Parts: sequence; C-alpha cells; structure tokens
Amino acid sequence: MSRMISSGSSLNRRSLLLGTAGLVTAASAFRFPTPAIAQGAPLKVGFMLPYSGTFAKLGKFIDDGFRLYVEQQGGTLGGRRIEFVQVDDESKPETATDNMNRLVGREKVDVVVGTVHSGVAMAMVKVARDTNTMLVIPNAGVNEATGPMCAPNIFRTSFSNWQVCEPMGKVMFDAGHRKVATITWRYAAGQQMVGAFGEGFKKVGGTVIEDLALPFPEVEFQALITRIATLKPDAVFAFFAGGGAVKFVKDYAAAGLNKAIPLYGAGFLTDGTIPAQGESANGLRTTLHYADDLDNPADRKFLADFKAKTGADGDIYAVQGYDAGALLHEGLKAVKGDWSARNDVVRSMRAARIDSPRGPLSFNAAGNPIQNIYLREVRNGRNELVSIAGQAVNDPARGCRVS
Amino acid sequence: MDALTFAVQLLNGLQYGLVLFLVASGLTLVFGILGVINLAHGAFYMLGAYLAWWIAAYTGSFMLALIGGVAISFVLGLLLEEIFVKRMIGRDHLAQVLLSFGLILVIDEVRQILFGKDVHSVAPPAWLKGSIQLTDILSYPVYRIALCVVCLVLAALIFFVIQRTRLGMIIRAGAENRDMTRALGIPFDKVNRYVFAGGIALAALGGILVSPISTVFPGMGDGMLILSFVVVVLGGIGSVAGAAIGALMIGLTDTFGKVFFPQFSSILIYVLMAGILLWRPNGLMGKGN
Repeated sequence: MSRMISSGSSLNRRSLLLGTAGLVTAASAFRFPTPAIAQGAPLKVGFMLPYSGTFAKLGKFIDDGFRLYVEQQGGTLGGRRIEFVQVDDESKPETATDNMNRLVGREKVDVVVGTVHSGVAMAMVKVARDTNTMLVIPNAGVNEATGPMCAPNIFRTSFSNWQVCEPMGKVMFDAGHRKVATITWRYAAGQQMVGAFGEGFKKVGGTVIEDLALPFPEVEFQALITRIATLKPDAVFAFFAGGGAVKFVKDYAAAGLNKAIPLYGAGFLTDGTIPAQGESANGLRTTLHYADDLDNPADRKFLADFKAKTGADGDIYAVQGYDAGALLHEGLKAVKGDWSARNDVVRSMRAARIDSPRGPLSFNAAGNPIQNIYLREVRNGRNELVSIAGQAVNDPARGCRVS
Repeated sequence: MDALTFAVQLLNGLQYGLVLFLVASGLTLVFGILGVINLAHGAFYMLGAYLAWWIAAYTGSFMLALIGGVAISFVLGLLLEEIFVKRMIGRDHLAQVLLSFGLILVIDEVRQILFGKDVHSVAPPAWLKGSIQLTDILSYPVYRIALCVVCLVLAALIFFVIQRTRLGMIIRAGAENRDMTRALGIPFDKVNRYVFAGGIALAALGGILVSPISTVFPGMGDGMLILSFVVVVLGGIGSVAGAAIGALMIGLTDTFGKVFFPQFSSILIYVLMAGILLWRPNGLMGKGN
C-alpha cells in the first residue's frame, strides 16, 4: 500500500511537468506548422516506463539502453533524428490507458516504447491496436501481447513468459529428474511461466507431481516448503521475483532442501537478487535469454559503452532497451528515415536480424523475439553461462492471427 | 500426512502466529488504550527491518541491530506522540486515519532517502545459524525456533506488565474509562506516550526479529498491517490476550489452509474472521460481548 501511495505523490509533480512540456510543444507546433513526415522533422519516440516505484531501476535501464543505441548512431535511427518524450507509468494498470492515450493523442508520438509491468503493457497493447500506433515492448513477458492480441504494429524485444521457461523442461529431464514439483505465485505471469515449464517437461516424458501456489505477493513460504519435503520430488521448478525470490531461495536453503532436492527456476529468480540471497543462491540453475558472462563481441561492446555512459553495469533490461533502438533502426534504415512508408518499416522490422548483446536476435510473425535461451548457474555472485538450453527458441504465438 | 509432518506444519503455524502476535499486540494496545487507529503500524514494521539491516551492515552485530533498532523506534514513537498523536486522542477516526496515512508516506519517503529500495537480507547471530535435522531431507533453522521462544518470552512480559504492575494497572484503568482515570488524578496522559512508543517499538521489533528469516524490502509492512488488523478485530480491540489467540488462530489457519486447501488459502483467514465476528461481533475477548 505504502509503495503505491508514495509513487502517487510523485505523479502530480511529474505529470504537471509533462503537461507543461506538452503545452509548450503544442504551442510551438501551432506557430511553425511543419509536415510531420518531412525528412528534417525528428521522429518522436515516447517512453512509457516505470520511472518511480518498485520497477524504477528497470525503467531507467531500458531508457538508458535505448538512448545509448541512438547515441551510437549519432543521435539518429536509420538517418532520422530522434526526439524523446517520457511518461512515468508507475507500473499502475489503472492509469495505463490514460497515459498511453496522452502519448498517442496529445504528444502525437510516432512510436511508443514500454513497458515493464505486464498489466500496464496489456492496456498499452489495446490502445496501440485501436490507434494503429507502433509499440515496442522492452520487457513485459505476458504471452497474450504476441498471442491473441498481436498486431503488425506491435513488437517485443524482451521475451514471452512461455519462451524463457519451456526449454527448462528438457534441461531438467536431461539432468535425470522425472518427478518435479513447481511453485509460484497464483497470478498470470507465474502461471504462464510454470505452465510453459510443465509443457516442456511433459513433452520429453517428465511428470509434474504437484503445482504449488500461493497468493501474490505473499512471502510466507514455510508451509509449502514443508509440503515439498513430504512430496519428495526429484527437483523443484520455481518462479518468484524481487523480494519474494530472495526470501524463497533463502527459506529453501535454510530448510536444507537445496541439498536433497535441487532447485531450478525462471531466470528472474536470481536476476538482480543474488547479493541479497548470498550463499543460499549458489549452484541454482535458471533459464533466461541472457547471462552475466556471454562474452560475445556485441555484449562486450555494449557493457563497456553502457558503463561509460551511465557508470552502471548493464543488465538484461538495458539490453532490451538497447535492442528496441536497434529494431527501430532496422526499420527506418530500410526506408531511409521516411516514416510515411510505415508498411515497409514494419516489414523490415519483422525481417530484422540483430546482432544483440544477448546473441542472434530475429522476430516471428507475431513480433516476438526468436532468440537463444541460456541455462545459467549462480557462481561467484553472478549468473554464469552453463549451456544454451534452447537454440533460437520461437514462441508458438498461440491465438495470433497476423501472419 | 504423517505425524512428523503434521508436527512440523503445526510448528510453522505457531511460529507464524507468534510473529503476528508480536506485531499486532502493539497495534491493539495503541488502538485499545489511546483509541488511535494507527495505519502506519506496518510502516514501522518495515522501518524496524531496514534499521536492523542498516545497523547490522555497519556493526556486523545482530544484537546491536536489535537493541539499536528498538531504541530508535521507541524514541521516534515518543517524539511522534508529543508532536502529532496526542492531538489525535479523542478526535474522530477519520482524522487519525489521515494522520497515520500521512505517516506512511513520510516513513516510506524517508526510507527511500536513507536506505534506498533494494531488497536486503540480514544475517542471524552466528550461534543461531545452524539447523536441526528433522527428516532425511528436511531441517528446521535454529533461528526460527529461537524466534518462537523470544516471542513467547515477550508475550509473557507484556502480560506481566499489564496484569501485575502499577503501570499496567493504569493502562487497564485508562482503557476501561479514560475520563474517570483522569478525574482520579492518575497521570494517564503521560502513560499514553509510553504506550504509543511501546506499540511502535513492538512493530519495529517484529520487523527486526523477522529480518533474518524474511527479507527486507519496501512493501514488507503492507501485508503485515492488514493481517495485524485482522488479528486485532478477531481478538477484540484492546485485548492483548485476544490478540494472542487471534494471531495463533490465523497462523494455524493460514499454514494448514495452504496445505489442505491451496486453492482457498488466501480467503480462509477472512472467512475465519467473518465467522468469528458473526458469533462475537466485538471479537473473541472484546468488551460488550
């Protein structure tokens, strides 16, 4: 409750500033009417990201990553100058439609980049479909965005919940586990991730003996951990994030279960949480579309440049923002910056092949990335690469009728 | 479910209930004796945990964190009572809700400035780090057992103070009839201040004691606040004994609910509360039943 409210207090200040900025741009547009598609006019990119609240750091890294890419291209994408507008979505689904309408309607942005929270992203997807606005999702993994709600103007540079978990099924089966229990929060993201893992695990012949779940965002795990000890599965697959991920991993180790029943998880279980998890995270294996030591040339350059620009160590969120820039660059390059040829822009973006810091990146008909999913293990306080769990994993995009 | 597993789950439920009691006892005291609804109780729980992390990070000692965190919270409680809360005594609940709501925002912002919003963990004292092997694969952290003992001792202490000391007598008299207590010349208003500060210190103490087995994160007080109110309403406003019974009932209901009825575990405690309130509208030990 308190978190929600505290971010609410900054809404007023920020929206006031944004509102003023909007008035100023509106006034200048009125005085100097210029055709929006003129080559000289900058392309307007609207960031709708969490700049406050729990996900503020993620929002900032996505923003920084995108700007880094534009800077590397000399302030342009595909030769077209870029102008930015920012809206703080505060990870609040209830104001998401208004915020999105403000970007599309009042600010008249050409492209919206956002966001982290899946509920907010779904509201953005609806507006983007209704107004035919180009939307690039730099994080939210909700399957539907590139499933039943897919559209030619909607892209994602992150992952789908299905995509990062399904390859874990085979990994755990190959490690000799046959009977596995899963545990997560009872909400959409948790159930999509655990469901995808179960799908992959059953496909290769494994059995999920029980799906344990507790209400989001509760962190009293003790009863379910005792339950796992009585079930005695070969291994456990878990999805939690943030404070819940830290507490679950610590509780699991404190109960001594990590010695007898190996714990696996979606990458978010150990992403950005290892310092707080400490020793209890050691040896934990997770799957994600990135690892801390990929060590390819694109990753090395990205990490060095990101550090030089922001002073911070880049992570997967920064990469997702960076690749959103790269994707738009591919689209604009093909039409020499002429946004009026948007159908060609979309076609080139769908066909884009990007040498991403995460490895080769391309897109399926639904606009979801086709990418490698890596198996990582926590060693030396970071997620180190073990192997490629799935090569060029493609989300089935169930329910999408766009192709 | 075999006997051993049942016993372990019983222990889980009791331990959860005891922590709930510790936090809720402060809320019920402030509510019952000052008549002040303190929505910021959960925020003090979080603040306690952050203080514990901060002091432990600097000194490396959990014991210092425990003492320092409680002391800081107690002094903070005294100050807040002097500056704000005493003006709220006897005012309608809306004014109190607004004040404590404001306190939530301020505490959250202060926490943000001082400690940031990262997730942290606190190491328990070295001599409580081990664990006891229960079955071939399950072990139980010693710290959790120590936590039960500490909570039981604190509960006994609270009962002793309220039932057996002069201070407790004044507290009980004030809770019974505030105006009459004042009219008899008993320094009830001065006692108010210590009750409020004590309530805050209990919330912070809960946060500190839980920090080694939980994690320290910005929203950690939110769920605790709601559960504490459920405990207070269930047990009867102002009744420490009621809070103890209510907290244990909720701890056990939640634990066994998760095991036996996983689909309904989130609503079971509220069903329990509704059922009890239908039977005893003022709570289990509430006045006027």
